[in-house]
Amino acid sequence: MSRGPTVVALVGNPNAGKSALFNALTGARQKIANYPGVTVERKAGRLLLPNGEPVELVDLPGTYGLEATSPDEEVTRRVIMGEQPGQAQPDVLVIVLDSSNLEQHLVLAQEVLELGRPTVVALNMIDLAERDGLVLDPAALSAELGVPVIPTVAVRRRGLGDLGAAVAAAREQARAAPPQPRAHLLLPERRMMARTMARGAVLSETSRHRLHARLDRVLLHPWLGPPVLFALLFIVFQAVFSWAKPFQDGLDGLFSALADWLRGEMPASLLRDLLTDGVIAGVGSVIVFLPQILVLFFFILVMEATGYMARAAFLMDRLMAGVGLSGRSFIPLLSSFACAVPGIMSTRSITDPRDRLTTILIAPMMTCSARLPVYAVIIAAFIPARQVLPGIGLQGLVLFLLYVAGIVGAMVVALVFRRTVTHGEASGFIMELPKYQLPTVKDLALGLFQRAWIFLRRAGTMIFTVAVVLWLLLNFPRAEPGKDQVDASIAGHIANGLAVVVEPIGFNRDIALSLIPSMAAREVAVSSLATTYAVGSSNDDDARAVGLATELKRHWSLATALAFLAWFVFAPQCMSTIAVTRRETNGWKWPAFMLGYLFALAYAFAGLVYWTAIAFGLG
Amino acid sequence: MTLDQLPLGTLARIDSVDWPALVPEEAQRLRALGLDEGAHIRLAYRGVFLARDPLAVEIGRMTVALRRVHARAMHVTPVGDDIADQSLTDVRV
Repeated sequence: MSRGPTVVALVGNPNAGKSALFNALTGARQKIANYPGVTVERKAGRLLLPNGEPVELVDLPGTYGLEATSPDEEVTRRVIMGEQPGQAQPDVLVIVLDSSNLEQHLVLAQEVLELGRPTVVALNMIDLAERDGLVLDPAALSAELGVPVIPTVAVRRRGLGDLGAAVAAAREQARAAPPQPRAHLLLPERRMMARTMARGAVLSETSRHRLHARLDRVLLHPWLGPPVLFALLFIVFQAVFSWAKPFQDGLDGLFSALADWLRGEMPASLLRDLLTDGVIAGVGSVIVFLPQILVLFFFILVMEATGYMARAAFLMDRLMAGVGLSGRSFIPLLSSFACAVPGIMSTRSITDPRDRLTTILIAPMMTCSARLPVYAVIIAAFIPARQVLPGIGLQGLVLFLLYVAGIVGAMVVALVFRRTVTHGEASGFIMELPKYQLPTVKDLALGLFQRAWIFLRRAGTMIFTVAVVLWLLLNFPRAEPGKDQVDASIAGHIANGLAVVVEPIGFNRDIALSLIPSMAAREVAVSSLATTYAVGSSNDDDARAVGLATELKRHWSLATALAFLAWFVFAPQCMSTIAVTRRETNGWKWPAFMLGYLFALAYAFAGLVYWTAIAFGLG
Repeated sequence: MTLDQLPLGTLARIDSVDWPALVPEEAQRLRALGLDEGAHIRLAYRGVFLARDPLAVEIGRMTVALRRVHARAMHVTPVGDDIADQSLTDVRV
């Protein structure tokens, strides 16, 4: 068969340390994409064998067996069998085993070895096994399995050269005499064999003073575990909003400066306005969230790499079960407090498709950081800064209630969806709790870089396009001299139509107009209201906010302001969220549904708040 | 006795599992994790606050989280801790 470069694939159980081994073998040169037609990540990189031959190394999704129970496992099976479209069958398989968990991991190893593909075994994380008092004999295991067994410690780069040499040798040997498929064993037989082989490979085993057992005694304790988790989450939220602030302000200043510089350099023209008000303002308003996303992901990556994330899922499972979800949904929903886009992307770890869909659909209701500028401006303008209780201000209380409204809304919606659109068996929760481990700086840095890159690429394409389109809608057709450009534009006409629709929930035409550009991102509502009320052209945000607050109070009633806040708790005004939902659900059906139900909910909730406020005489 | 009734920390053997009572994919997942007839397990953690769900089970050197509905389908018999020590000592060569 004529073909491209040699392909080597890493196969193994989840938590075998496959990704760390992959990172160590390929370095930062990795290509991450989706397998065609499915939302399963394909990670590939280049590895130079000791004989100088470059090979493509593919990191397959972790699996417990070749009988797939999830889309991820299905991809692994198909790639190994050579049935995955667009992926050449791997020439050599590297089975990655967790040295401390051989009895379990050898079950999959035997199943893979039965196929008779050229195979090498990596006895990974052998240092952790030694830490637990377990001394292994790779030669004995190799004799049992009939393939080379190489001890490796991915995070310390131990054994990588030997592994490469073994892969090259297996490749050579397969060219001379291809290995033959072996006799097929049933699962109970494989398990018995695995137990025997695992015991045979143990040279000595001292009493198990396992670190993770002692940590779990606190972290999984029914009464101690949850307070520890909540304290940790509190720190994460503090960090997301305080550590990121200076960087966010810096980026904001940078984009303002860039726009000002362009205004000074270029003669006044439509092109200049397109660049400053469309491209820089639009893309810039999204990129300023990069620091927050990086801080949040830093914590999520640390929690994942140390093994704590699975414990968090365990602790939250009971709560999530109440609305028909499982502990696995907790991680994506947590991410969504910074931004729904990475949150929705991380739903891939949820095995149950209905669970995953429900989680995707409710993720936009978690109060993301883009809502904060909107909330901050409206609260500052309309909610008096007085104490309701010692230490608790009314403004902070309103902000807190908006967060709670989103969470409660999401829970209610999940409950309803699990009985209707995503109806099915109540989802279970079965999850291996991996051993605790110290993360390496390199793996963390690589993970952060990959997340940042995905985010920036989206800002550079999708958000760029939307920003330009919105600018065009607001600027064409051109107004006659002396007339208001906004009134003449397509967006202005749409706003006139929209105003009729949103009038019953207390919104005026100015609000209707601001809703159109904020389809790109919610926080754009603030700048577009500022433009509408012609509050100077100062770039000083604080001065502008003060000016805007005065103007808002002149044009809006308190009931309108509260309805506006209520609207933003639910309104799906974020093109990137819709786009990522389309990608993750492979079609327009679910993003369309998401848009529909969230707008309906936003409309109903804003109306409810407005008319309740009117009834209490706040109009 | 079913697994959810097992006292914490007691080593037990899974005698039988009522597989048809479980969702097929979940049954397959449990089996893949080694939670099958004949396996020796220990219930390590049960519930959060006052809830009795979920459970964490030690099997070999692995800890697996599962729900009470799964545990209820597994019939277990406690085995003495001396046998547990046996299972550790007999692997020493």
